[in-house]
Amino acid sequence: MGIKEYFDSMDYAPAPESPAEALAWLDTHDRRFGPVIGGAMQASADERFPSTNPATGEPLAEITVTTKAGIDAAIAAARAAQPDWENGGGPARARVLYALARMVQRHARLFAVLETLDGGKPIRESRDIDIPLVARHFYYHAGMAQLIGSEMPDRRAHGVCAQVIPWNFPLLMLSWKVAPALAAGNTVVLKPAEQTSLTALLFAELAHKAGLPPGVLNLVTGAGDVGAALVAHPDVDKVAFTGSTEVGRAIRTATAGQGKALTLELGGKSPYIVCADADLDSAVEGLVDAIWFNQGEVCCAGSRLIVQECIAEDFSARLRARMARLRVGDPLDKCTDIGAMVSPEQRDRVRAMVAQVAPDAVHSPDIDLPEAGCFLPPMLIDGLDAAHPLMQEEIFGPVLVSTTFRTPAEAAALANNTRYGLAATVWSENLNLALDIARQVRAGVVWVNATNLFDAAAGFGGVRESGFGREGGWEGMTAYTRAREIPSASQPAEATAAVPAPTAAIDRTAKLYIGGKQARPDGGYSTPVVGADGTSLGDAGVGNRKDIRNAVEAARKAQPGWVDATAHLRAQILYFIAENLSARAAEFTARLTAMSGDAETAAAEVEAACDALFTFAAWADKRDGAVKPVPLRGLALALREPVGVIGVLCPEAAPLLGPVTALAAAAAMGNTCVLVPSERHPLAATDLYQVLDTSDLPGGVVNIVTGSAETLGPVLAEHMDVDALWSFGDDGLAAELETRSAGSLKRCWVAAPDAVMQGAGTAPAQHALLDAATEIKTVWVPYGEGA
Amino acid sequence: MKQDSRISAEEASRNPIAAFDPDRISGLQANTSAIERRAATLPGRRSVKGAAQAAWLMRAITMIDLTTLAGDDTPGRVRRLCAKARRPVRADILAALGMGDVPITTGAVCVYHEMVPVAVAALEGSGIPVAAVSTGFPAGLSPLPLRIAEIHESVAAGAAEIDIVISRRHVLTGDWERLHDELCQFREACGPAHMKAILATGELGSLRAVAQASHVAMMAGADFIKTSTGKESVNATLPVSLVMLRAIRDHHRLTGYRVGYKPAGGISKAKDSLVYLSLIKEELGQHWLSPDLFRFGASSLLGDIERQLEHHAAGAYSAAHRHPMG
Repeated sequence: MGIKEYFDSMDYAPAPESPAEALAWLDTHDRRFGPVIGGAMQASADERFPSTNPATGEPLAEITVTTKAGIDAAIAAARAAQPDWENGGGPARARVLYALARMVQRHARLFAVLETLDGGKPIRESRDIDIPLVARHFYYHAGMAQLIGSEMPDRRAHGVCAQVIPWNFPLLMLSWKVAPALAAGNTVVLKPAEQTSLTALLFAELAHKAGLPPGVLNLVTGAGDVGAALVAHPDVDKVAFTGSTEVGRAIRTATAGQGKALTLELGGKSPYIVCADADLDSAVEGLVDAIWFNQGEVCCAGSRLIVQECIAEDFSARLRARMARLRVGDPLDKCTDIGAMVSPEQRDRVRAMVAQVAPDAVHSPDIDLPEAGCFLPPMLIDGLDAAHPLMQEEIFGPVLVSTTFRTPAEAAALANNTRYGLAATVWSENLNLALDIARQVRAGVVWVNATNLFDAAAGFGGVRESGFGREGGWEGMTAYTRAREIPSASQPAEATAAVPAPTAAIDRTAKLYIGGKQARPDGGYSTPVVGADGTSLGDAGVGNRKDIRNAVEAARKAQPGWVDATAHLRAQILYFIAENLSARAAEFTARLTAMSGDAETAAAEVEAACDALFTFAAWADKRDGAVKPVPLRGLALALREPVGVIGVLCPEAAPLLGPVTALAAAAAMGNTCVLVPSERHPLAATDLYQVLDTSDLPGGVVNIVTGSAETLGPVLAEHMDVDALWSFGDDGLAAELETRSAGSLKRCWVAAPDAVMQGAGTAPAQHALLDAATEIKTVWVPYGEGA
Repeated sequence: MKQDSRISAEEASRNPIAAFDPDRISGLQANTSAIERRAATLPGRRSVKGAAQAAWLMRAITMIDLTTLAGDDTPGRVRRLCAKARRPVRADILAALGMGDVPITTGAVCVYHEMVPVAVAALEGSGIPVAAVSTGFPAGLSPLPLRIAEIHESVAAGAAEIDIVISRRHVLTGDWERLHDELCQFREACGPAHMKAILATGELGSLRAVAQASHVAMMAGADFIKTSTGKESVNATLPVSLVMLRAIRDHHRLTGYRVGYKPAGGISKAKDSLVYLSLIKEELGQHWLSPDLFRFGASSLLGDIERQLEHHAAGAYSAAHRHPMG
């Protein structure tokens, strides 16, 4: 069109960003790439796969499928480089990370164009959002490297990290993974997604030129099987994965019992709640950033619109009008809102999912779509019920589904009616309402009157089947470090001397403790408990899966009230438990003595249990959240929320201190718990019932089911309504517990008995328990008023 | 006869005075952070390049209210401005751009009342309307009867458009009904002349107040709503524009009448004008990209556009002295 035609039509002209520089870089490698090991790209004649531009279908490059030997070599290179990288010190690492941040900024446009060519996202997004955030992550973590030695003296690097990242934000996810790992002193073997390996390869090349030592960051290229082999490799210390829940579950299972640290950032079906008092036009615009950002191929996409019934019609009309102005097309064009889906497979997968509803139920605006390439129009499916599969399943495409709510409580209930818990958005001009819903929604990130805000200082990650672990902020550094080894001070309780059994009194039958009441075991069996000298101490109930079911039900029911009970009240109750336990110290000492035969140790254990209660009572109202200095006029709040319902398998070595410390840490943070005492020494725990009953502890906050950890542990691990499982007992159970926890992707903490027995002893041990008992929820609240 | 039917058709499409409806403004919300975010990201979402850029810039010229509002305005100064309004771009540049046969003038010339007769005479036969700022511009604190009389005088002097200022105090005290009443009187005084209601958004305190004032002005029959006098410390901004455009969209949805929009003050770069045009196109649609429904209140914008157009025509960057003064 000529000037005169544009003068009449007032259309936009094509405004494509040139791909020339990016293509020229590909040409410098003859468009052939392979794994980067020890600082060098490995030229090999192994099997290759093509990397194509999804907007045109044109091949961009061929990439080697990394072999088993290649993976071994990459891990060996990382292992070899790790000691020097860590021991060189934080300030030295800070300089390298700073150089990487500068490097990304120097080559920002090259990265952006290559990202768009390879993955199909609009150049606006790669240029204005992805790449600036990549630089920000390296800057932020340069600072972390500088400070980690002084601020986290009790922690050190894991060692070698295996990281597997997805195709939707290729370089951004690389930065989220690599920057904190390197800052902490780890070395990395990273596998980019096979659809989008190119920016990682460019990054590795430029990073080494910028001074990254060889072997610190290695890349293995290939598809899912390469990733599977990488994470399963025995010489990996830490695994981090971002991607689908299905693959996350497979990784959980594959690494079960291997002792590797694991963080998973998985799928979502994030709610987008619009209240009647919201700025509706802004909420509509927010949806553009929520579900039509990156073609909807976003794990935290606000994909489930939950709108107040009284404005639903108005809102839908505004939304449809806005959809009609979205531009779908050439991702390199600066006027494109929605680019290409990453691959024909992904496009077809989305189409197949949408085909679950009648075609006339799917609204898409009358806008032009390119004739070739992997494009989909924006889609809206109004008026779905919670039961519809499309309200439950992640679509991972430009498809918004919507339903309505009547009351704020119903909005929260609908929002939480999902297996996922990654992100949530709330629109309301009423602060009371907005923050109330933000607290109620189960999600790792909540945006108030905004959506898809990200920053390196603010934690990002999910709850439930959206995975575990946080990326960004101090909480993100925790995931890339481990506690420094502390010499063990505990002694297993061994029979050391025969002591007389307590005088026989009136029979006491130890039942189970469920919902604040003693309950007979469902199976109706008891098992004898013998003391150190072989004499009978009584019988303990044999709990079964139904008892676990009942206990979890009671714990779940009690949990909301326990959170609302205020930290002050929780502290008071824990102090009161300590007071009552202390008052009966002689009785508990005698019980423990009968079990172990060591009166002195027994007295010390009772004293330690009282101390543990005091310690975590103290923490109840002092485990502060944080306000993150994000680049935004607003507050980014890091709230420490309880994990929910925690199952605990208690250690044999401290029959009283184990369960007491665990319940104190869990309850202090607002969790409820189901304790399984040591099978051999359950009676110290069952003696607690009367202490708990007299201490104003609400029923259901602590539940105790005696029985075998081998039987009850797997039931807890599999239980879909248990949010976390702590196992301080039998190491041999680790693999089975972690495998069985994969179904619900619950947080599974398998630790040595010391983790709980010394749990109140040192600051790092206290923090480990408190971290396990809490989940960071990042709530973004932009503010401002002005004209 | 023919003339009459044209006027009535024109009148029929004109936004009429409507009764004050408190429900229109009671639930209005405008979230500053979200609006700023949309405004900040728009320039990155839409890019006007090449032939379209030259075309859009010429369209922008047709929507400029070429303005002089200074105490030292004289007939000579105003005549020079009017001459520029008739011929805003050098003929050789238009010819080089293939637009030699398209009549391009500015949208209007905007002056104080005393300069209206001069401007009307200077623009005779050009079809370019004269706009007069009025009602005690810029503060609007002179006696109400005088403000109304001022409108009558300017209309009688030949002004086809009257840029009135609202009483900011009625917004700041929430006296919406009084604001509505005052504006209705202004609108009646305008008669056939179009009323452009200046909200002085920089003095209203919040974007919510801007939204509320916009709705009240439109209920009172404003033909245009306008951001600023150019005399406030903060004039037209993209966030304020977004709020006013959304109010215009709502008014159209509720009543079927299209009200025009005029950002004024602070828009001096060709690039800025393109962002405004894309904002209009995205939020209101193509229909509003015409002088009937959109104007820039600007004095120095034209100069920058001329330089950009010469760059389009010649390929080399231009200089201010190569373009005739307005």
